[in-house]
Amino acid sequence: MMSNNPKKQVQLSHGGGGKEMNALIHKLFFKAFDNEILSSEEDAAALNLNGPTAFTTDSFTVAPLFFSGGNIGKLAVAGTVNDLAMMAAKPEYLSCSFIIEEGFAIDDLKTIVESMASELAKSGAKVVCGDTKVVPRGCADGIFINTSGVGEIQKQGISVKNIQPGDAIIVSRDIGRHGATILMAREGLTLDSELTSDCATLWPMVESLLNADIPVHAMRDATRGGLAAVLNEWANASDVGITVQESQLPIADEVKGLCELYGFEAFDLANEGTFIIALPKEHAEQALNLIQAHEDGKNAAIVGEVTEAHNGKVILKTPWGSSRYIDLPQGELLPRIC
Amino acid sequence: MLELKQLYQGFREPETIARLAEQIKQQAELVKQRDPAEKINIMEVCGGHTHTIMKYGLNQLLPDNIEFIHGPGCPVCIMPKERIDHAITLASQPDIILVTLGDMIRVPGSKGSLAQCRANGHDVRPIYDPLDTLQIAKDNPDKKVVFFAIGFETSTPMTVVLLEQAEKLAITNLYFHINHVLVPPAISAVMADPAVRVNAFIGPSHVSVIQGSEIYRFAVDNYNTPVVVSGFEPVDVMESILRITTQRAKGEAELDNQYTRAVTPEGNTKAQELVNTYLCVREDFRWRGLGPIPESALRLRDEYQHRDAEIKFADILQHEPIEDHKACQCGDILRGLCKPKDCKVFARGCTPDSPMGSCMVSSEGACNAYYRYSGVTENA
Repeated sequence: MMSNNPKKQVQLSHGGGGKEMNALIHKLFFKAFDNEILSSEEDAAALNLNGPTAFTTDSFTVAPLFFSGGNIGKLAVAGTVNDLAMMAAKPEYLSCSFIIEEGFAIDDLKTIVESMASELAKSGAKVVCGDTKVVPRGCADGIFINTSGVGEIQKQGISVKNIQPGDAIIVSRDIGRHGATILMAREGLTLDSELTSDCATLWPMVESLLNADIPVHAMRDATRGGLAAVLNEWANASDVGITVQESQLPIADEVKGLCELYGFEAFDLANEGTFIIALPKEHAEQALNLIQAHEDGKNAAIVGEVTEAHNGKVILKTPWGSSRYIDLPQGELLPRIC
Repeated sequence: MLELKQLYQGFREPETIARLAEQIKQQAELVKQRDPAEKINIMEVCGGHTHTIMKYGLNQLLPDNIEFIHGPGCPVCIMPKERIDHAITLASQPDIILVTLGDMIRVPGSKGSLAQCRANGHDVRPIYDPLDTLQIAKDNPDKKVVFFAIGFETSTPMTVVLLEQAEKLAITNLYFHINHVLVPPAISAVMADPAVRVNAFIGPSHVSVIQGSEIYRFAVDNYNTPVVVSGFEPVDVMESILRITTQRAKGEAELDNQYTRAVTPEGNTKAQELVNTYLCVREDFRWRGLGPIPESALRLRDEYQHRDAEIKFADILQHEPIEDHKACQCGDILRGLCKPKDCKVFARGCTPDSPMGSCMVSSEGACNAYYRYSGVTENA
């Protein structure tokens, strides 16, 4: 990430408000995020917003910055766009702030920004304002990105509090990929694996559900804390029980193997392009077919149901007839010792 | 190349597990017919087995005359507070980087945990592979790096390989705080208690991969208990329970090896030789919950004293025993005298978020496994 050629690395002057900063913004950011609102260069973006609007913000820090299936930039766009999508809001406008460590390679920054632009195209959202700060070497871990986003809510009432007994639970693809990919990259495991992160924009899948008028009760992208965190949050917020069939959970072989090695559970691992839906059982098959029609959704599955028993708890049923709780993941993920 | 799925495939077949459960039931019925009051109280010595039993709900598949008693075989659970305090004292020095494995950093000593120590700005690094410590020592020549070594016979060879490498590469800033403990003396300590209820053992297979299955022979001979060396997958554990139950039904007590895919009677003699080159048996070691057990742990041999953190930093380390919180019953749980839910503070004052006792901290600990997984069967 760091370069030794000063011409090819971010200098403190790139954040100084002068000529260098201006060049970086115009030659890199404006070029990649090209749109009329951004290039008007006003103090604030003037937007046209009508009706109910969703607004979200998120900061992105990840090590390593580049991983199999994505990088911090793709993550920063997909993450914010997905937060809007989960409220059935069409992602429209994003802000984007970079905190860059002095010495960061311009080429890497270019790769990050270009992947952001290409991810934006998948939902049609635009970056309309932003900020750049450069901090001295050692004050940041390469680059941090903050994105905020607004979008028009297409369908109201989708909420964590709206889950009802009898609802089916769908996951949009195999779980745990992002967490497992990052873990493999971070720990430099010598295991040979083609595992890639699921990092992706979810809006196209959500849009097809909304267009088909599927009566979704709740949607949530399962990011940090994974499926376990989402389902526990839902069980608590809606005061219902949720039962998951272990045999129905889609999990890639590589993710299962990694979980075995370290003693992790795939449903505790992070995802960056996987969402969970609660909806009336009778609409589950139709929703499943719509999701499976998308490349990222072909492993989608109905994994469980909402019950009136065990309010506030998530229960996993094993294929051999026993059951146990799926608890909230706790603390940092540390491997078991023996 | 090893494919990751080979690690679990074939050992979680629902039909196999159901068939084993049925066979266990038949054998347990024979025991019941002989004596309705007779219980088969199986101690799974190792926390890994506790985890398998609770995670896969295997206990729910068994007849009521079989009971599990969770043993002292979790290296995190049995670490006495004064040893954790050593780690914290060392980590609190400005020129020391303390390196240790996994969730050891969450266990509370008398002055908080290593995780809290790290949050206070000290350099504590959890690692996945002890050999990573070499690089840390190379990258930080102006610091002293202490490897806080923990674990049973299974993980000892990894510590010794690290030590061997440090010697070969003449890395002078790497020290070892050795807390490696031994399974057989712990079994003897459990069985020495007059209140003991254990009458069969599931032996940890990973210990036997190194030390061989014969290390449990004494338990069969001295206590007339069946011992089955078992793998960690659900099918492994169920098959081992069947073998134990079958022995009990016949009134036999034998040493049996279920995990023949990796365990031999004599074990990995090369690894044993390597361990013996660098380490020797301590006079005694205090176990959390069990107290001092003679010859139950290892230390560096005298010729490697120059790497011994307990000697190098002797002037800042306290050896006074520090007792657990009075309300905490980890000791009784580790000896099989009570269950996690019998403890007054279980899931009240003591939770994985804020553990009072070590059995709640470690993902291998009995209390943690009960907290995370159990309580479903009554109403599910």
